[in-house]
Amino acid sequence: MTRQMPVVDYLVIDDGPPHLAGHRCDECGAVYLERRNACAACGARTFSPTRLPATGRIESFTIVHRGAPKHVGPFVSVLVRLADGTFVKANLVGVPPEADAVDFGVPVRLVTYAAGTDDDGTEAIAFGFTYDEPTAPAEG
Amino acid sequence: MSDDIWIIGTAMTPIRRHLDRDVLDLAVEASLGALDDAGVTMRDMQVMAVGSQFEPFTFGQDVQKQIGQTGIPLYNVHNACATGATAVRSVLMEIRAGEADMGLALGVEKMTGSSPPYRMTPPKAGKVFEPEGRDGHVLATEGVLGTGQMFGVFAQTGTDYARRHGGVGFEQFAKVAEKNHAHSTLNQLAQYQRPYSLDEIMNAEMLAYPNTLPMSCPTGDGAAAVVLVSDAKLRSLDPDVRRRAVKISAAVMTTDPYDPSGFAHPDVNTLTRNAADRAYEQAGIGPEDLDLVELHDCFATAELVHYDNLRLCAPGGAGEWIDRRAPWRDGELPVNVSGGLISKGHPIGATGVANLYEVATHLRGEAGDRQIEGARVGLTHVIGLGSVCVVHILERAAS
Repeated sequence: MTRQMPVVDYLVIDDGPPHLAGHRCDECGAVYLERRNACAACGARTFSPTRLPATGRIESFTIVHRGAPKHVGPFVSVLVRLADGTFVKANLVGVPPEADAVDFGVPVRLVTYAAGTDDDGTEAIAFGFTYDEPTAPAEG
Repeated sequence: MSDDIWIIGTAMTPIRRHLDRDVLDLAVEASLGALDDAGVTMRDMQVMAVGSQFEPFTFGQDVQKQIGQTGIPLYNVHNACATGATAVRSVLMEIRAGEADMGLALGVEKMTGSSPPYRMTPPKAGKVFEPEGRDGHVLATEGVLGTGQMFGVFAQTGTDYARRHGGVGFEQFAKVAEKNHAHSTLNQLAQYQRPYSLDEIMNAEMLAYPNTLPMSCPTGDGAAAVVLVSDAKLRSLDPDVRRRAVKISAAVMTTDPYDPSGFAHPDVNTLTRNAADRAYEQAGIGPEDLDLVELHDCFATAELVHYDNLRLCAPGGAGEWIDRRAPWRDGELPVNVSGGLISKGHPIGATGVANLYEVATHLRGEAGDRQIEGARVGLTHVIGLGSVCVVHILERAAS
């Protein structure tokens, strides 16, 4: 089987269904995706791992044309507010890169796909979001 | 005598792709211009601050070696797009603390001839994935996990506003650029000086929806400087200097208070609102008292949301405000009559001083073709993404 790695360490792909994981402040509950030394909200210094929900809502979007990586082409960047209030930036996948295709009213859910392969044949697994409805296309 | 701080001299270079001039040429032109404008010399300066985002090490000392080495304290400042405004604040705080009674603040940037600073590195061929950085990324995440490019970030700020408030779409954002390009036709210091039609703006190259190329600030070179004095010092100066002096009625700097969204996407709204509210309180005035505003329109989407953040329009009403041309130079409250960053240009370190130059020049009644008649009070605003915000309120000397 092809070896796989997540594109960032807050994507967990080897513990059940792929999901995001954060660092939750032991004092105030603030959640961070990246490793932290202390909490920006309350200053506490200890954190515990926390599994994040797979669904959320789109807060904002843009469609990037200039400077988009050649192998990606124009893409939809979205800020997603997950069901627990954590914010994450990602691509909206499975929709055409057009403003009319972005619907703030439809919930989105996490999906994963292979974003690249290194010289050893290891796949980098990325996450994105797609519309959380039965009719939404599943491919990235 | 009061704690007031005054601008007695200011100058800026034209903003251009100055291919035949180096960064010191620009820095010197603005510095000496501001000193000459005030009728003072480097020997009168007791403190100096030099803002540049990209010049390394002790660049300010290099400037001193061109305009006068007098042994005074010097701050080299960089603070993203608020770099120039932070240099001004450094001088202002020295004067307010009683360490100096007169000082020079300079902002300068040379951006042409170098790589665009925000371009992300594409993934290299011939690589074995290894996690790097605090997020453990194994490849470049631009275009994979959304965008961090400036025009994309500010585009999302715009679509966030559009989601929360009615009457805002691509056209409203484009109208901001139409206005600023129209304004800059009167400003010989501006990098662009030609009008763009709304159609031309909306059909131009899309950088990141909804920001097209003419809705985005260009890369350019320029410098601006101000000479600041204490109230006590001002009283000892020549009547002509006092008559042209411009009072800094409010000087506020803010950074982001904690918000969970800010880690995924910069919030340029909250710190601007906090800065504006404190500035109005310091100056003892409200937005209704303003005669002109120079705000941080790095992209058209940014300008629109700041109408609301700076309390210039009704809450949620930024779309309607631009639709009825309120921020045009002949409207209710002229915004970015210089052309703004979109059209005047945005040499990063210079920007937070250049906006003081613009407003002070209007308050002195010396803005020529683009003068806002009878201007008495003006506001300047800059944002450095990351973020930092500086708001100044300026008032004409009582005559």
